[in-house]
Amino acid sequence: MRRYAAATGRSLALGLLALTDLFLVIVTLPMILLSFTMGLVFCFPPAVGMLRRRTALARRLSGRWLGREIGPSYLPPPPPVRRQPDGWYRHERQLYKTPRVPEWNNRWKWMFSDPATWRELGWVILNPVLGGALLLPLIAAAYAVAMAWQGHPVALLLGAVALAAIAETPWLLRFYGWWNELLLGPTAKSLLASRIHTLDQARLETVDSQASELRRIERDLHDGAQARLVAIGMTLGAVEALVHTDPEAAKALLAKAREASSTALTELRDLVRGIHPPVLSERGLGDAVRALALDSPLKVKVTVDLKTRPEAPVESAAYFSISELLTNAVRHGGADRVWIDISSRQKNLRITVTDDGSGGADPSRGSGLRGIERRLAAFDGVLAVSSPPDGPTIATIDLPHALVWEEDSETTAKMPRWKWAIVILGYGLAWLPLFPQGIVAAIMKIFDPENKSWFYVLYLPEPLQWPMIVFNITLGLVMYGAAILIPIQHSRRRWMAEATPRRLWLDR
Amino acid sequence: MSTRVVIAEDLHLLREGLVHLLRAHGFEVVAAVESGPELLKALTEERPDVAVVDVRLPPTFTDEGLQASLAARRAIPGLPVLVLSQHVEQLYARELLADGSGAIGYLLKDRVFNSEQFVDAVRRVAAGGTAMDPEVIAKLLASTARHEPLGALTPREREVLELMAEGRSNTAISQRLFLSESAVGKHTASIFGKLGLSPSDDDNRRVLAVLAYLNAARS
Repeated sequence: MRRYAAATGRSLALGLLALTDLFLVIVTLPMILLSFTMGLVFCFPPAVGMLRRRTALARRLSGRWLGREIGPSYLPPPPPVRRQPDGWYRHERQLYKTPRVPEWNNRWKWMFSDPATWRELGWVILNPVLGGALLLPLIAAAYAVAMAWQGHPVALLLGAVALAAIAETPWLLRFYGWWNELLLGPTAKSLLASRIHTLDQARLETVDSQASELRRIERDLHDGAQARLVAIGMTLGAVEALVHTDPEAAKALLAKAREASSTALTELRDLVRGIHPPVLSERGLGDAVRALALDSPLKVKVTVDLKTRPEAPVESAAYFSISELLTNAVRHGGADRVWIDISSRQKNLRITVTDDGSGGADPSRGSGLRGIERRLAAFDGVLAVSSPPDGPTIATIDLPHALVWEEDSETTAKMPRWKWAIVILGYGLAWLPLFPQGIVAAIMKIFDPENKSWFYVLYLPEPLQWPMIVFNITLGLVMYGAAILIPIQHSRRRWMAEATPRRLWLDR
Repeated sequence: MSTRVVIAEDLHLLREGLVHLLRAHGFEVVAAVESGPELLKALTEERPDVAVVDVRLPPTFTDEGLQASLAARRAIPGLPVLVLSQHVEQLYARELLADGSGAIGYLLKDRVFNSEQFVDAVRRVAAGGTAMDPEVIAKLLASTARHEPLGALTPREREVLELMAEGRSNTAISQRLFLSESAVGKHTASIFGKLGLSPSDDDNRRVLAVLAYLNAARS
């Protein structure tokens, strides 16, 4: 009962909203047409802006009311225009003093070339009709009730019609949701484009941080262990020269050399710990974090719930992120206690680090948090920090698909036989109802009703003939449609799966 | 009768070096092995007086040596084991000390450079004592520094505590700090009083009590 009430209310709201789109069409369509026919290009971005605001609302409502989460389908926005070394801003072959014109041009091009813009325009134009259709059952029901009220003789029948109309609304809403997704939902192309965009970003940052890491290691080796080994070599040379003439001095030098080798080892140990802590490779993430907790001056409680070990690179990224968060808690947070929780959710790795410090951490300002984000970005990981001014600070790291990747049988499965049967049947037989028994029969009926030839429809009683012709044409179209759409729908799932994040190196 | 030693180390040069060093100091090396399973077999079959074990051993090159030692100690309680490693972790120290029976050493490999001290540590472990690397103790004390009673120790008492936690006897501490043995005794009594531990004349018990105290203060 409540379900139908909610469905009725939602169709009413969505239907009325769809009718107001008429005004939007009246405003935006001329703006867009003007921008192309009369060269009033400045009309285009505001019109597209309006469209996007309206469709953003439609996407939100679709998620909330129709149970269909629809993500935005836009291509990634253009990057900001860079200032050239000579202080000018370039757009194609023109130079500008301010970035305004190039920015505007880029934006224009982005909106114009994005298929989403035109799909949204189509949606807004058709929406008053299709969305308005949501109101039909309500109108029918209202009409029936009004007639019954006036004491129409078939009141009972009309009441039944009203109920049937209301019962229809959930189906209509479902259809409306499907239609929304068709034109507003992301296409495989736009998904891939935004995925490539993020990957590009992540790759740049990864390469950059790796290069700086290598530079640091090189510097440390050069100034530390390498220099000490040179010193040891020189000392040993001196010992060689002194060993007969002054054994006492040689002995003292040897002690010095031993000390230097010890220091070199200590430095190497610290360096190794910074590259890849030995405990991590020996024991895995859980124990490495426990070791980290033991070395920390804070009281740290670690809970680990992992069934499998993540891949080594993910493990190391997670370890260093936790290490950095712990350092932050000591250095800035003024915390006494820290709770670290490492758990898995299916294939996802989730880490939360909570401290009872003073809070106020801001990822946009702290370079440490930025570093963690960079480290995680390479694995599609995200860091979320909640840090109100009085604490506590809760940092959550999510690493999707960090654990075992199993080939999803659903996404790679071959088409089942019954689907193949429909496709073959469709291509093989759809022409039969569509042409000879449908379109051609209709033409014959109009122009030469006497000649029945082999059109079975024309042998039927007169009132059934037209409905049968329409049925045949529809049947033919549906069969063709099924034959075309079923394979597309089938591989679409695979395309979507390919466009969503996963660990590629596990696919070898 | 000389002390019987089992050595486990995968680097050939270092293994030979250890064998020579210990033989030169009068130990009897009954087995020198290079992998985890071999070590476990040698420990359970030979039942040596002491084992010198590298943490990282083939076939997995993880903490094979540590696991084999712990397994052997479960089979033969109190089997003296001196673990050597390129890096020291409080976590591993804890696991080694967990059974509370002592006869455990945990040292950085660098300590082998100083043969006198190293051999001394081996003997101490063989005799049922403990030999903890100064670095482990330093870490342990650093992470407990904020803890109340430890803050109340005088610098001298702290030094004594560090050496005591490494497993040294009063005599060794007094030589190290250039103090008389009775002065060291006074310091230890004072430390035990401040930490609320019951004093003991037995060196080993004393060390274990201190380490247990420090570990407990951590969590």
